[in-house]
Amino acid sequence: MNKRSAVAFAAAGAALSLGLSACGGGGGETTPADGSSGAPAAAEAFNAGLEAVFNPSDKKGGVLKMAISEDWDSVDPGDTYYALSWNLIRIYGRSLVTYTPAPGAEGRKLSPDLAESLGESSDDGKTWTYKLRAGLKFEDGTPITSKDVKYAVLRSMDKETLVNGPTYFNDWLDLPKDFKSVYKTPDVNTDSAIETPDDQTIVFHLKKAYAGFDNFAALPGTIPVPKDKDTGVKYREKVIASGPYKFDKVEPGKQYTLVRNEHWDPATDPIRKALPDSYEISLGVNADDLDNRVLAGDLHIDLAGSGVQPAALGRVLGDPALKARADNPTGARTWYTSIMSNVPPLDNVDCRRAIIFAADRVGLQNAYGGEFAGGDIATGLMPPSIGGWKKLDLYPTGTGDVEKAKEALTACGKPEGFETVMAYRADRPKEKAIAESLQQSLGKAGIKLDLKGYPTGDYFALYAGKPDFVKKNGIGLATNGWGADWNDGFGFMSQIVDSRTIRESGGNYNLSITDKEIDAKIDEALLETDVAKRDAIWGEIDQRVMEQAYVLPSVWSKSVLVRPQGATNVFVTGAFDMYDYLNLGLE
Amino acid sequence: MVTYIIRRLVGALLMLVIVSMVTFSIFFVIPRIAGATAEDFASRYMGRSADAEMIAVTAEKLGFNDPIPVQYGRWISGVFVGSEFDTGASIEECPAPCFGYSFIRRQPVWPDLVDRIPVTLSLAVGASVIWLIGGVATGVLSALRKGTIFDRAAMSIALAGVSLPIFFTGIVSLVVFSYGLGITAPGGSFTPFLENPAQWAYSLLLPWITLAFLYAASYARLTRAGMLETMSEDYIRTARAKGMRESKVVVKHGLRAALTPILTIFGLDLGLLLGGAVLTESTFSLKGIGDYAVQAIVTNDLPKIMGVTMVAALFVVLASLIVDLLYAVVDPRVRLG
Repeated sequence: MNKRSAVAFAAAGAALSLGLSACGGGGGETTPADGSSGAPAAAEAFNAGLEAVFNPSDKKGGVLKMAISEDWDSVDPGDTYYALSWNLIRIYGRSLVTYTPAPGAEGRKLSPDLAESLGESSDDGKTWTYKLRAGLKFEDGTPITSKDVKYAVLRSMDKETLVNGPTYFNDWLDLPKDFKSVYKTPDVNTDSAIETPDDQTIVFHLKKAYAGFDNFAALPGTIPVPKDKDTGVKYREKVIASGPYKFDKVEPGKQYTLVRNEHWDPATDPIRKALPDSYEISLGVNADDLDNRVLAGDLHIDLAGSGVQPAALGRVLGDPALKARADNPTGARTWYTSIMSNVPPLDNVDCRRAIIFAADRVGLQNAYGGEFAGGDIATGLMPPSIGGWKKLDLYPTGTGDVEKAKEALTACGKPEGFETVMAYRADRPKEKAIAESLQQSLGKAGIKLDLKGYPTGDYFALYAGKPDFVKKNGIGLATNGWGADWNDGFGFMSQIVDSRTIRESGGNYNLSITDKEIDAKIDEALLETDVAKRDAIWGEIDQRVMEQAYVLPSVWSKSVLVRPQGATNVFVTGAFDMYDYLNLGLE
Repeated sequence: MVTYIIRRLVGALLMLVIVSMVTFSIFFVIPRIAGATAEDFASRYMGRSADAEMIAVTAEKLGFNDPIPVQYGRWISGVFVGSEFDTGASIEECPAPCFGYSFIRRQPVWPDLVDRIPVTLSLAVGASVIWLIGGVATGVLSALRKGTIFDRAAMSIALAGVSLPIFFTGIVSLVVFSYGLGITAPGGSFTPFLENPAQWAYSLLLPWITLAFLYAASYARLTRAGMLETMSEDYIRTARAKGMRESKVVVKHGLRAALTPILTIFGLDLGLLLGGAVLTESTFSLKGIGDYAVQAIVTNDLPKIMGVTMVAALFVVLASLIVDLLYAVVDPRVRLG
């Protein structure tokens, strides 16, 4: 009797909760302040924020509430690598140039921020000069000079103190040999790398020419840091703002509050609207609860920007009213499987092609979460949001073509198939699903896979990314994935297709593409000053990667985002493939 | 009575020492047996970018090459007098009580814990009061009305409470009561008691009730069983025959005898909860010790994990001690025996 009634209670409870939550969303909605402009409410529609600004407005005021279920590396501009951080940081920091706050592809274009204009290159692209605007001030009123930008860049290069963050400046600036870090060798003259001839001018000298240096100038590393306020790794507890907002409450792991920076001069800042009065950011919020709060209107933004959890996904896609509030951007991220061209018999291009022919592409898409939450079936390595992308049509994208696979196997001298090992990250269920799907689909063509899982933490350092481990263990396939550091060919491809990035000691993300033609094209792209031509070269590199079957791409990742209730200027930026956090406002 | 208290206190202290040794062994001795070297420990602390030379130097500076008892001694003394960590790049201070220094977060463990203990304390104590009173009252009433609809309904609801996982009831309660009806606070709200007692209670109301719902079941059933047993004893009939008020019979003679097992469970439950109500804190986004423990594990931050383990153990031992002392109050046979 007890058990039955218990089951009945549970079922009733579940049904009740589902019913109530489906009609929920009424509580906690922000009511517009009186005296609003009377503009008609924007019509909600699926993907309305993808290519256009949803609910545009210039109305100031209100508290923008953001939350995230985990945490990110740091709020210190010299010590952060998360896309969400690079997006958010522009509220309290200004870099030399930054991404234009506009929806879609426009958002990938760079606009000058601290600088008056984009960089001027000289010395055939090895020297880059920027002139700062006049009237720039930190939150305490002290003027921002080129020395502050130089110091910020130099300090961000100390990877022992500030361990996070990209290493582009380390790799490209022409530094003197005796310079170790601003903390250890503060007196070494670094003018060979960065010069500040006057307070408004900063000049960068590179070891090798790079026509796209503006992408480096957009990095948070160029957000100015006053030297006398720099406390090294503790700077994250009191970041000095150069943007329209400054930190008020800083409780790492718990919450951040930002309020207006009175010393930010809107006349020096053509791209920021600075609409909310303050920001409240809560950390460590339960992920499912976070989604419920966004849906109910209690929170505005899920800072992670990577999409709703599976629990909410079903609700959002299934309920037309909620789906109308959703945007489904494609991220600059590809999930793929590396085909090791240095492990026999995959050193033969036809054997590699056989793998792609035999693979069940739909199964791979499902393994990652299907059409909306997983992504689109990838026809190439480069995702569509990267400039220069071309739709390739080299292989079928169905459930596997055993006939074509067998043809390719015959061409490479293995008509009966062959055996090889597939590596994947053991604690990622999606990658396990990929491996199992490939084992099944490839098996139909006679290619036998021995699946081996390895821990994520050391996957690139010790296993799939270590060349002699791969050779010794005959690993022919390895799951992989890559997101762009910024959305152009260099920002996406440079670390994963250039053979010169491969280190014998391990830690490689390019698991085995050693192709001289690709390397030559990369060098060409680095020197090409015309953006469209440069992008086209990266498109050609993508084509060669696929023609030579170096990778089997699974999906270009997509995420399902939900637009906030009561917010204005909501749109997905092509720079980060999540909502642009720069100009959000409140109704 | 006094000797009893002293005996229990000494026992508790001994337990704490043993727990510290076991914790230390788990993190520093067992890996050694499995083949870890001093450099392995140092590289855990240092992050990815360090090279082999730096790691070896750091291993020496952090004392991983010293004998195990010396390392243990250093760690324990750190709890009482504080300690310093020489990472090679800098010397980091860790004032007393030093439960460890997190290299990933670059700060001592204790200040974080101090911030979070009140949250877990508020959650655990508040919920425990509700479940104790609610559970025991329900159990008593069920026992007195054995076999009635009330009894059956109460026990069924209790069963539901103990069967439904808190990450289900929690999320559903939030959706229904906080976001749907708007009568309770949303997830992630917490106001310290000293700041605003009324807001503190309001922000914790839903977590308290949800957590209490989970525990009240065992208390209701235990109390019911215990009451049924004691109420059928002869001395109860005698008391009634003597003309004693029914309420006095039930409480002073019936319930008191049935309390001992309830107290035992209560001590254990409360102690464990104080060590970190991981699921509840995670579901309601409360920044307590349990949430801290989860963060520490996910980021593989050894000093934090050790610090939380020690603090949690401290609470469990303390709770058992208090319960043992309460036995002496409730059950005269204990204090005299």
